Amino acid sequence: MNTFIESVLAQADYKPERLLQMLRAVQAQYLHVPKAAIEQLASALHIPRIQIIAVAEFYSFLHLTPQGRYDIHISDSITDRMLGKEKLLNYLAEKLKVKVGQVRADGLVSLNNTSCTGMCDQGPAGLVNGYALTRLDYSRIDVIAELVEQQAPLTDWPTEFFAVDEPIRKPGLLLNQPFNNGAALSATFARGLAETLAEVDCSNLRGRGGAGFKTALKWRTCSVQAATPRYVICNADEGEPGTFKDRMLLDLYADQVFEGMTLCAAIIGSDQGLLYLRAEYLFLYEQLQRVLKRRRDSGLLGRNILGRDGFDFDIEIRMGAGAYICGEASAQIESLEGKPGIPRVKPPNSVICGYQRKPTVVDNVETFFAATHIAIQGGQWFAEVGTAQSTGSKLLSISGDCARPGIYEYPFGTTIEDILQDCGAEDVMGVQVGGPSGTFISNRELQRRVAFEDLSTAGSFIVFNNSRNIFDIVQNFTDFFAHESCGFCTPCRVGTSLLKNQLQKIVEGNGAAVDLEELSELCLIVKNNSHCGLGDSAANPILSTLASHPDLYLSQLKQSSFTPGFDLDATLAVARRMAQRDDDAAHLSQVEN
Amino acid sequence: MSGTLCIDGITVPFSDGQTIIEAARSAGVYIPYLCHRPGYAPYGSCKLCTVKVNGRTNTACTLPAADGQTVISNSPDLQYDRQRITQMLFVEGNHFCPSCEKSGNCQLQAVAYHQNMLDNHYPHFYAQRELDASHPDILIDHDRCIFCNLCVRASKEKDGKEVFGIAGRGINKRLIVNSPSGKLKDSDISVNDEAAHVCPTGAILVKRSAYLAPIGERIYDQHPISEVACEKAAIKAGEARGYGSCDPTRLPSPSQQNGGPDSHYAATMPPAPDIKHGR
Ligand code: SF4
Ligand code: SF4
Ligand code: FES
Repeated sequence: MNTFIESVLAQADYKPERLLQMLRAVQAQYLHVPKAAIEQLASALHIPRIQIIAVAEFYSFLHLTPQGRYDIHISDSITDRMLGKEKLLNYLAEKLKVKVGQVRADGLVSLNNTSCTGMCDQGPAGLVNGYALTRLDYSRIDVIAELVEQQAPLTDWPTEFFAVDEPIRKPGLLLNQPFNNGAALSATFARGLAETLAEVDCSNLRGRGGAGFKTALKWRTCSVQAATPRYVICNADEGEPGTFKDRMLLDLYADQVFEGMTLCAAIIGSDQGLLYLRAEYLFLYEQLQRVLKRRRDSGLLGRNILGRDGFDFDIEIRMGAGAYICGEASAQIESLEGKPGIPRVKPPNSVICGYQRKPTVVDNVETFFAATHIAIQGGQWFAEVGTAQSTGSKLLSISGDCARPGIYEYPFGTTIEDILQDCGAEDVMGVQVGGPSGTFISNRELQRRVAFEDLSTAGSFIVFNNSRNIFDIVQNFTDFFAHESCGFCTPCRVGTSLLKNQLQKIVEGNGAAVDLEELSELCLIVKNNSHCGLGDSAANPILSTLASHPDLYLSQLKQSSFTPGFDLDATLAVARRMAQRDDDAAHLSQVEN
Repeated sequence: MSGTLCIDGITVPFSDGQTIIEAARSAGVYIPYLCHRPGYAPYGSCKLCTVKVNGRTNTACTLPAADGQTVISNSPDLQYDRQRITQMLFVEGNHFCPSCEKSGNCQLQAVAYHQNMLDNHYPHFYAQRELDASHPDILIDHDRCIFCNLCVRASKEKDGKEVFGIAGRGINKRLIVNSPSGKLKDSDISVNDEAAHVCPTGAILVKRSAYLAPIGERIYDQHPISEVACEKAAIKAGEARGYGSCDPTRLPSPSQQNGGPDSHYAATMPPAPDIKHGR
């Protein structure tokens, strides 16, 4: 093991900030992070072993106990569930003779659920040893089970199992733009850096990650900080269930994203960029490395970019390891420093004190992509599209109950109704705009618009028709937040789990009126007191459906003033087993009043 | 930078580098806290010190004091949330106060009294956590850990060691010990370390010291936490309103600003007196 760890260390240049990459390599080799590896890494990197344990326990795809040689995860997004994921998962578990959440006794295979893998347009989806599996069905599962038993290497598996399509259904302002590599950089240098920043300003471009902070303001603030070096981070941790537009951009438009990072670097005076790629997009890693290499070879990255003396900039790709919270900028920075992804205390903001405590711009993939075209076409061109507060266009990842799931580009201000028309959605019950952290709107609100002024979104757009049960949706989302809470702050760490249990109590028909009151009060406590956006939005699915469908919740309630929070009869199961009897007399009916 | 800010109608001076909670504390104004401790780097995780600053929610332990801030701490809504957050801490772990040797010296318990917390309100999680009694002088009962991070900071910043860490995610968080075996006995902690004494609950205890002070004569048996937390002199100054009063209504009320219904708590929220107990 010593020599392997040594090679992992050497490859990471003995830099503790690359800890996640090292642990990923260790996990791939030993199917977990063994104690001996922790000790060796800790002493070689001069970090305490508890930091390594904390990291290994924080991220979903790292483990302290061995997983199967085939480590299979099935995506548990609501869209996967709508496509029959649960039955498929059970079928797979049966075929492989392994329980969900466990490793088979012979160590060959482990099976688990995972949060959304970013394949909602081609689910049910999963991952095997980190690589995306799409369009799972019974026949594919039969083949997969066989391949696993035969111990066939992944390279021998049918390539179509791993095929990721990028269905662009409706290109618009940006996706339709022609582009030559280097065009945005040449335009930037020709116009001048300050002038280009002014164009970004006049375009009124706002961050596409959902929060909508003004891009030019962020860049300017960073550029005037005295501290150096400064960093450019591209946030490709697209974890919001139902979002996959960054996947498409990195798959098909990577040059335009990297060029956006490079021009940002020129403007803020940075020489190092980082792309934080979510673990679920491992299939893009090699291909993105090739794009970077090509850009280096053609003088678009590296030293004296495009012959400009003293403009040096390069980009490193760092993989995440499975944690939704790392989409939050300061949590992502912590993760990039080799730590658990816990959001930092603000102030100071990352722009002032970010990666390695230096000024840092963190922007979404789509933001850099848009900036590239603004640098070429000018700010006015962009500002003419959209609404006053939300200029330009927005990429939407559409999934759920519609005929044509995929990527759509719309000018801001487009109504939900128009979008539903385009994607072929019929008999709509509601739409989740912005993913679980966004807003559920019912079919009575379809005139609302995608825009920062109304429904802001990072790009997740999930359609539900009238055959769907609203509680399935809300429970899936609420469980998601409880699972993904980083656990730093009390109201979110404890509150999201309480929310999950309280909602379950009501949905299962064990709630009285007082439980509904308790539920909505709990929502407000979690929302009002949490440290970051995750806790702030964790109650949104409950709050927005409570508002749009109060009648549904009411009809779930028991008509009594008091209901115990547990099933009396179930608590006697142990006694029955011990006494070896299970007749009627050994059962208790719930006390009615 | 220095100047004054207004907390619940009281003018409070602050000096350079002070956070709101510290400015308040030195002026004898108590804002409840658990993960904070004077002289320690701010952390901001327990969220007990949540206040409204110029209408926006913030943690008083992390936000730097600034001239002219209007801080609301004792509104019924905030007090209500504080009580609920404290209750969350109680149901997350296993707190058997009547049989806990830290009883009367425990900040968690004292804060609960301050908030007039009469029950745990939420269903318990019945967490399964182990006890580490391996060390000859120090004991960890993980049941009572609230993840305030104080032992972690104490060990690192005060003792120059790194004995403690917090691992895991969400409700599965756990306190870990930096030793090859994970046991306290194999770590380099010593009973004289600040980390052995900093815990605000009974999670980290020094052995053979449990009943040196009998129940009834312990810190919070004698004084409410609001008094203990603030220096006595400052309390007097505060009582005498030496700093004068300011107008807490200078800003629109928080509920108006949010357009939110947060005042619905008001009707059910009793005032939160300090209860002196154990007499
Ligand atoms: S709100 Fe949740 S995710 Fe955010 S810091 Fe608190 S526990 Fe972590
Ligand atoms: S052991 Fe005590 S000091 Fe350490 S984190 Fe837990 S509660 Fe805080
Ligand atoms: S004391 Fe401020 S968050 Fe804990």
